[in-house]
Amino acid sequence: MLRVYVIAFLAFLYAPIVLLPLFAFNDSTVIAFPLSGVTTKWFAELWTNKELHKALGNSLFVAGISSVLAVVLGLAAARANVRYRFPGKAAALGLIMLPLVLPEIIVATSLLVVAVRFFGWNLSLWTVIAAHVLICTPFAIAILNASFQSLDPSMEEASIDLGETRLSTFRLVTLPLVMPGIVAALLISFTISLDEFIIAFFLTGSDPTLPVYIWSLLRFPRLIPVVMALGTILVIISILMLTFAEWNRRRGLARAGVKDTGGFL
Amino acid sequence: MDQETKRGLTLIAPPLLYALALLAGPLLAIFLFSFWTQDYLTIDRTPTLANYAEALTDPIYRTIMLRSLWISGAVTIATVVLAFPVAYYVSFRVAPSRKSLWLFLITIPFWTSYLLRIFLWKVILGYNGVINSLLEPINPWIVALGQRLGLEWDGLAAPLYSPEAVIITLSHAFAPFAILPIFVALEKIDRNLLEAARDLGENAVTTFFRVTLPLAMPGVVAALLIVFIPTVGDYVTPALVGGPNGLMIANMIQTQFLGLNNAPMGATLAVVAMVLVTIIALATVALARRLSGGR
Repeated sequence: MLRVYVIAFLAFLYAPIVLLPLFAFNDSTVIAFPLSGVTTKWFAELWTNKELHKALGNSLFVAGISSVLAVVLGLAAARANVRYRFPGKAAALGLIMLPLVLPEIIVATSLLVVAVRFFGWNLSLWTVIAAHVLICTPFAIAILNASFQSLDPSMEEASIDLGETRLSTFRLVTLPLVMPGIVAALLISFTISLDEFIIAFFLTGSDPTLPVYIWSLLRFPRLIPVVMALGTILVIISILMLTFAEWNRRRGLARAGVKDTGGFL
Repeated sequence: MDQETKRGLTLIAPPLLYALALLAGPLLAIFLFSFWTQDYLTIDRTPTLANYAEALTDPIYRTIMLRSLWISGAVTIATVVLAFPVAYYVSFRVAPSRKSLWLFLITIPFWTSYLLRIFLWKVILGYNGVINSLLEPINPWIVALGQRLGLEWDGLAAPLYSPEAVIITLSHAFAPFAILPIFVALEKIDRNLLEAARDLGENAVTTFFRVTLPLAMPGVVAALLIVFIPTVGDYVTPALVGGPNGLMIANMIQTQFLGLNNAPMGATLAVVAMVLVTIIALATVALARRLSGGR
């Protein structure tokens, strides 16, 4: 009984995604059944669309920089959280983790108000990056907390006793041990930034990111099969990235000698 | 100040300063902004409660705000109720070595483009969409059955451009956010407690309601909040599948900022939404505490 329900639920979860390849290869601009023949012309159209390539480039730029900055900030915060005690710790971490539970429209509007009305800045990809670092950092911290928690402090102590400095200990002992966590945090932050729409919609200037560009395409029925083709490629890429992330996580657990308890994030 | 404290503070400083500058500052700014008014392009900086008065009395704002809250409430309850058995299955019925594979299967659909997932629901629910084109051959039968029963049936149709469409789509979009915290809470339950309950004469059903469910409560409350808070502010789903009767507060805030060019009103609506969400979230936590016996 329960098993049947769970399988039905999985079917519900996968229903929209299964449709993507069906309509990406369907030879009709009308997105409805019955299907009318196989074509690859929508994929060919992706290949020649200059605006799309520009938007993709913008998104990769934003996601690349945002994820690196978020993980650097996340490393500092997670390390401070797991290893040290200091006054105001709970309040500080509470504020840093707040974007996890704040509706994104609030982050978007508040940054828009400050950037445009108070400082008079021009919106650009950098305003999007600033906001994406803010929302990716809590995810990076959540992952890195787990990495630092499974790190045995006696290893660092041993390294310092054996004559390494604090800095070289961090580079030679700590960093390699938390590396799988760093890779996972980078991947998650990159994916979140790449997929984020509403903040980019508010804060992007004349350069659209990929989701903002897709949003503009959704208004033109003729282009919808092209969006389906694009979506199919994106799904394949994210499944590959997730598989890599999961493999990397298991490797990290094996290295730290912890039993796999399951649980992405 | 000892060495350890100093190191901790040095480490937390960069992320904290970043959050102060780009989160606390802007939130304060939007709060300030909500007391100003805008006349065409000039901003009047005399503090006034006019925006709040308008936000709370104007029937348009009131309708949309209340609709956002009830849609999110319905989404939250639907999602958590549907997610619980899945989390229970993975935690209690799946072999430990295969649990991460199951979680992986559950999370995969949610790392694919959010916009496209929502858009695909529009395709599924649309007038020419998947459900309707599947229903087309069945509908004459349903109408005929209706006539035989003496009822005026139009046949079945998918509910695009309605609050129901928003609820279905958001319940799908937030499913893993409900499954994961419930799963974590279920994993923490000491299985010996369940055996003890059985030994002491409870049956499977009473064990579930008197032991498993109360112990899973922290996860359920986390799931309720994790789904409710972001869905109130969701923009894409109501914009794509909601239609005029399914628009929510985020759409109104966006219109104020980018369409009507009345940023102070947008700021006020954002503040009101945040305050309402915070009150409901705190009330949920308090209620859960009371129900679980003041722990």
